[in-house]
Amino acid sequence: MKVVLDHLTKRFPARSKKDHDVIAVNDFNFEIPDGKLIGLLGPSGCGKSTTLNLISGLEKPTSGKIYFGEEDVTDLPPEERGVGLVFQNYALYPHLTVEQNIIFPLQNLKGEQKMTREAMHSKAMEVARLVQIDQLMERKPKELSGGQQQRVAIARALVKIPRVLLLDEPLSNLDARLRLLTREELRRIQRETGVTTIFVTHDQEEAMSISDQIVVMKDGILQQIGKPQQVYDDPVNLFVAQFLGTPQINVFEGRIQAGKVWIGEEAVLDAEGKQDGDVWAAIRPEGFIPDPQGVLTCSMDRVEVMGRDISIVSTHEKMTGRNIRSIIGAEYMPKDSSGTIRFNLKKNKVHLFDRKSEERIK
Amino acid sequence: MKKNLKAWLYLLPAILFLGVFMVYPLVDVCVYSLEENYNFARQSFTGVGLGNFHHVLSDPYFVQALKNTFLIVIITVPLSTGLSLLIALGLSSIKPLKNLYQTVFFLPYVTNTLAVGLVFMILFKNTEYSQAMVNLLITRLGGTGVDFIEGPYWAKMFVMCFYTIWVVMPFKILILTSALASVNQDYYKAARVDGASSGRIFWKITLPMISPTVFYLIITGFIGAFKAYSDEVALFGTNLNAAGMNTIVGYVYDMLYGDSGGFPGYAAAAALILFAIVFTITYINLTMSRNKVQYM
Amino acid sequence: MEMSKKGSRLSKGLIYFLLTVWAVVVLFPFYWMILTSLKDFRVYNTEYIPRFFTANPTLQNYSDAFTSVPLGRYLLNTVIFTAATTGLMMVVIVPAAYAFARLEFKGRNLVFALFLSLMMIPAELVIITNYVTIVNWNMRNTYLGMILPSVTSIFYIYLLKENFEAIPDELYSAAKVDGTSDLKYLLKVMVPISQPTIVTIVILKVIECWNSYVWPRLITYDPNYFLVSNGIQEIRENGFGKENIPAMMAAVVVISIPLIVLFLFFRKKIMAGVSRGGTKG
Repeated sequence: MKVVLDHLTKRFPARSKKDHDVIAVNDFNFEIPDGKLIGLLGPSGCGKSTTLNLISGLEKPTSGKIYFGEEDVTDLPPEERGVGLVFQNYALYPHLTVEQNIIFPLQNLKGEQKMTREAMHSKAMEVARLVQIDQLMERKPKELSGGQQQRVAIARALVKIPRVLLLDEPLSNLDARLRLLTREELRRIQRETGVTTIFVTHDQEEAMSISDQIVVMKDGILQQIGKPQQVYDDPVNLFVAQFLGTPQINVFEGRIQAGKVWIGEEAVLDAEGKQDGDVWAAIRPEGFIPDPQGVLTCSMDRVEVMGRDISIVSTHEKMTGRNIRSIIGAEYMPKDSSGTIRFNLKKNKVHLFDRKSEERIK
Repeated sequence: MKKNLKAWLYLLPAILFLGVFMVYPLVDVCVYSLEENYNFARQSFTGVGLGNFHHVLSDPYFVQALKNTFLIVIITVPLSTGLSLLIALGLSSIKPLKNLYQTVFFLPYVTNTLAVGLVFMILFKNTEYSQAMVNLLITRLGGTGVDFIEGPYWAKMFVMCFYTIWVVMPFKILILTSALASVNQDYYKAARVDGASSGRIFWKITLPMISPTVFYLIITGFIGAFKAYSDEVALFGTNLNAAGMNTIVGYVYDMLYGDSGGFPGYAAAAALILFAIVFTITYINLTMSRNKVQYM
Repeated sequence: MEMSKKGSRLSKGLIYFLLTVWAVVVLFPFYWMILTSLKDFRVYNTEYIPRFFTANPTLQNYSDAFTSVPLGRYLLNTVIFTAATTGLMMVVIVPAAYAFARLEFKGRNLVFALFLSLMMIPAELVIITNYVTIVNWNMRNTYLGMILPSVTSIFYIYLLKENFEAIPDELYSAAKVDGTSDLKYLLKVMVPISQPTIVTIVILKVIECWNSYVWPRLITYDPNYFLVSNGIQEIRENGFGKENIPAMMAAVVVISIPLIVLFLFFRKKIMAGVSRGGTKG
């Protein structure tokens, strides 16, 4: 089932007269193709959870439309939309067993959809097997680990075969190791069921690693949609460039002058055909190549060893963050960890943004 | 709109019951109190004014009830609160048998006060052919026995207060014990390290920390004691006027129903006077507690 | 607080002594009522100075209590009254608490504030009109007349509302998405989760009903509708002949036992419930 958001806007009235209205979601237009896993990504307060609530029907949009396939569901209450929703803290019913939790949505079906007790049981077993909790059916939620609770929540959301599966920060309550495991699981379950799935996260690594597409948001405004690698390689603005990637992209005050990009007094790249002016020059950590004859000179601070790679931490008077991080192969290990170091730059790892609008200069 | 309707539907039973048995009576009682010479059978009255209040205030039975009630309040509230505090302190400083003592002390809360009142009456009553258990104790100690149920006023008042205290103690002990348990132990440790004596710890730390609870108990204690009635019936029977042990609430019911009943106007006036007294005392209590309570 | 070991042992001893004194004061009436109820009527009457034990305990008084006065009837009435009042009250307060806790409607805060302000109104003030109302409705000497005025408790609505509000919003959203109606959510999710509080409320209400005296006394004069409290008063003034104290005590024991048993079973629940804000009666 594809999901289409058409000029979707959600405005929350001001709390007091002094405040302004809050526009949590501002004029969204996008189409989520059928059967894909989509990550909604942005810093906290960017409106991603509101978007999810609008799709589930828990909140009504101020204006705009939502379509599931060809059907306009904008005015349907949540129970008639046929969505499955997994909450950040799972929202399992504490007084019911795992099986009763999974069956709960089925018991609400009415009319022709009504199921016999046996049918519900076998249906519950089926999804339980899918998420691998079929051994735990008689337990109560508080007898389960976080990861197991998570699976129960997913099973409960999947049992009625939702048209769209929505997950709100599904991994944030798990510890680091479990998070890695679970996100693989999530990917597998989504592939096996083929349900269009939208999940919300503030963790860009999580979103990038499993999504077919990511949607980056900021302050209620959609910034960019695309395949993870494509958005990473080709960010439309400084925010997206900074938001994706760890370590963060290194941003320098630079300028374009006479067909060259300058950082300080050094011309670091060709910029033919681009207008002169002040820019932000942003360089991915993997865009640096140490070279004694390099174009960019930085002062070394320290070297951090990470095994396969090393990270050189240095500074430059035109940088904006606290320091510059470059990731390079261990074979480039410098002999000295002080003094100056010079780099050459990989052209496709350097992005230029207008100093004022922060839009990408192509 | 549909949502609104549904919510009101959920509230409807509660609103209905409260309306009929709480809000309407509240208005009505004021009306009753002003209708003079209300006749129950004919549902008519002769005039509107303060006649009912005048009658009630000059009724010797009411004056007696007022006096009894005030005595009960003044004697039982401080005594029961102080005693409960003492017992709660004792309870919180022991470990073995603590649960057993707590359970025993709470027992009166779950007993029917009228039924146990009967036991108290027997313990304190002399008859021609049996002596009160309590008098046995008194003579053993060298005193002279007295009939506490039908004897002199002070003796009756003594039983009355004793029974009232016995009845209200469980609640107070329980509340104070849990208040004491919730005081952060670190304060005690700190005070001990600072070398404070146990008396100083009590006055300077424990009492201020639990003072909100103490005041809560005093306020509810006053309110409860002003409404004394069924404990009196338990000890002295339903004809409290004859025993000289009536209370304000008892007077209200007597005016409403019973041998001297049928005067809702007088009952309403007496009830409003009681409410005014309770309200004033509570107000004074609250103002005082706001000045005194150091830790809220 | 430097205290010598001896001194601290002495003060511990003093504490135990004081606590034991009070325990005796509390327990003695219970001992006395059981003891007296087991004494033979004739033996009791020959004891000018009452004895602290009896050589020949008898259960005769208990059979007297059930045969010569309608104690069984009183007990049955009380059970009916208690069950009906408590049951009806739950039907009234659970939806009300739910509306305040979970449903959104105009004027919710205002109505709730009004409810809370009604908590300050003493029963004594409204009982006069309620008496007249029940008389006018011809409901004297009926169960309904006894039950109706006491089926709402604002305090319990408040307690339950607080409890309902503590249940995370996500559960409600999850239930909505799963297609659960408000009523079903209340009955299948909120009530089971709040079960501890609901049990506490039921127990407290049962205690209150079992001991209620004033209102039932006002509106019943037919002994067929007396509750145990009125019954015991009736027994005292008209039953047995005034002096059959052992039989009276047997009745008192019978009346007291149900609540004491309830208490011993639910000791922790009851004490926790009362310390959360219960009051006497």
